[in-house]
Amino acid sequence: MHANTLREHSESLRKREYSSVELTRHFLDRIHRASDLNAFITITDEIALEQASESDRLLSSGVAGRLTGIPIAHKDLFCTRGVLTTCGSRILHNFKSPYDATVVDKLNAEGMITLGKTNMDEFAMGSSCETSYFGTVANPWDKARVPGGSSGGSASAVAARLVPVASATDTGGSIRQPAAFCGLTGIKPSYGRVSRYGMIAFASSLDQGGILATSAEDAAMVLQAMSGFDPRDSTSLQLETPDYCSILDHSITGKTIGLPKEFFDDGVDCEVAAIVQQSVMQLESMGAKTIDVELPNSRAAIPCYYVLAPAEASSNLSRFDGVRYGYRTGHYDDLVDMYEKTRAEGFGEEVQRRIMIGTYVLSSGYYDAYYIKAQKLRRLIADDFSRAFEKCDFILGPTTPATAFVLGEKNDDPVAMYLNDIFTNSANLAGLPAMSLPAGFDSRGLPVGLHLIGRYLDESTLLNAAHQFQRETDWHRRIPAEYQ
Amino acid sequence: MAIPEKPIIMSLTPTEIRHIAKLARLRMEDHQARSCATQLSRILELIEQMNRIDTSDIEPMSHPQDTALRLREDKVTATDQTEAYLEIAPASENGLYLVPRVIE
Repeated sequence: MHANTLREHSESLRKREYSSVELTRHFLDRIHRASDLNAFITITDEIALEQASESDRLLSSGVAGRLTGIPIAHKDLFCTRGVLTTCGSRILHNFKSPYDATVVDKLNAEGMITLGKTNMDEFAMGSSCETSYFGTVANPWDKARVPGGSSGGSASAVAARLVPVASATDTGGSIRQPAAFCGLTGIKPSYGRVSRYGMIAFASSLDQGGILATSAEDAAMVLQAMSGFDPRDSTSLQLETPDYCSILDHSITGKTIGLPKEFFDDGVDCEVAAIVQQSVMQLESMGAKTIDVELPNSRAAIPCYYVLAPAEASSNLSRFDGVRYGYRTGHYDDLVDMYEKTRAEGFGEEVQRRIMIGTYVLSSGYYDAYYIKAQKLRRLIADDFSRAFEKCDFILGPTTPATAFVLGEKNDDPVAMYLNDIFTNSANLAGLPAMSLPAGFDSRGLPVGLHLIGRYLDESTLLNAAHQFQRETDWHRRIPAEYQ
Repeated sequence: MAIPEKPIIMSLTPTEIRHIAKLARLRMEDHQARSCATQLSRILELIEQMNRIDTSDIEPMSHPQDTALRLREDKVTATDQTEAYLEIAPASENGLYLVPRVIE
């Protein structure tokens, strides 16, 4: 049952081959049995079973939508009313949100079943899930390795088929890098497509919600349901959501794929590079053309990102002060003492490091040299993409320079950890849609991710190309042996 | 005075670290300041690579795709949620958040 696609679940539920309650119990049972992955912070058995019975009523009365009765898990930075929303942090370890995020709201309205909240790097700052206050998450393909981050709990859970699909967020690669490390299909839509209301903010000009799934078709179905204008988010775009599912079957003959030489340099592991090359040949055999493009400023993306993201984070995270919600230190002398101790005890090391960097680059005397400089580079990076898209329909490369690394390997070196985002964060800086899909496995049996970046607002072309690729390949159907 | 594009400081001292921590409202003990200085200096070295690219005459981009933030009508739409919000506060009384005494 757990290897089915969403479309198969949808059909089986409608034909009453199994009920939503049966499906929900099946997945909850798998979650409890796989507790060693530590993919979940909270499991919402009771709520899930209540939602499932309600969905079963809708299904039998014939008023159900195509996602009704299908389970999902939410990354623990989407607010869920009355349920813990921790953001992987001690400072929110006891926070029960008084309201639902719009994404949660929309998927509840579709009749999806919330199985729980997934583990993540604290405040989404990390590429390994090792910064969570709730412990590290294991990669189901090799439990000694990281699942990637920051949406590592969502990725680990979907890869082990503990849940068919999970929400996630991406500020610099937090959907795509874990998708690559766990052999999943993940999409970060264009900035503004998915409402950020109730999505705990990290870097507001970069954050975007999206989805981790096992196929492009599944991703398209859920993305469709979670996208759309939300008056409660001032960055939400007032646009109709395209019908992502209707374009999946289009041929990709004649589509032009841009290959930036900057994404194929010698920093890429040779097995990863070879697998990506094979994928390019696969797409060519399906009628796509390739062309070389240039993204000459892409080397500036990492330094630029590590100014802008911490700067925005230091501002966003100033709201955690021990006054209105979350953790407050036990002993304090005065207000400032309370703030300082609460934040030093409540935030983990990496989060404090980023707050410090952000505070520094925004501080008097350094603002122009760092923050404005980074914003100028951001424009150069975005302009590079605009020029490349004059020649191609989407850009392709590896999602990450290497496959999943061993837990603890990059813990002592923040800079080495930051380089995980080297191919992914430029899409966030430019606000472009991007996705990762499975392209093969290296000699250790670890998944390799293929990265596609599309034109602004053109998620359709990416999902179409990914779906067509998945009709010809079966990498996305592989399940880690222990979880089959 | 115009600030030159080139940052002035590449490595941070423990004293500077303590100053930044104060601005960020983070308690930083002296023994932490030293290792923090080393780590942050390494990150600043990475950030410093920005200066390899000339950006004179480039307009800063503050928002992806230069989209403007949408404004809404100045109208009250939220309902009174006082109770729900105070219920999750670390300390509250009579509809107010409690904090240590600020004015003697």
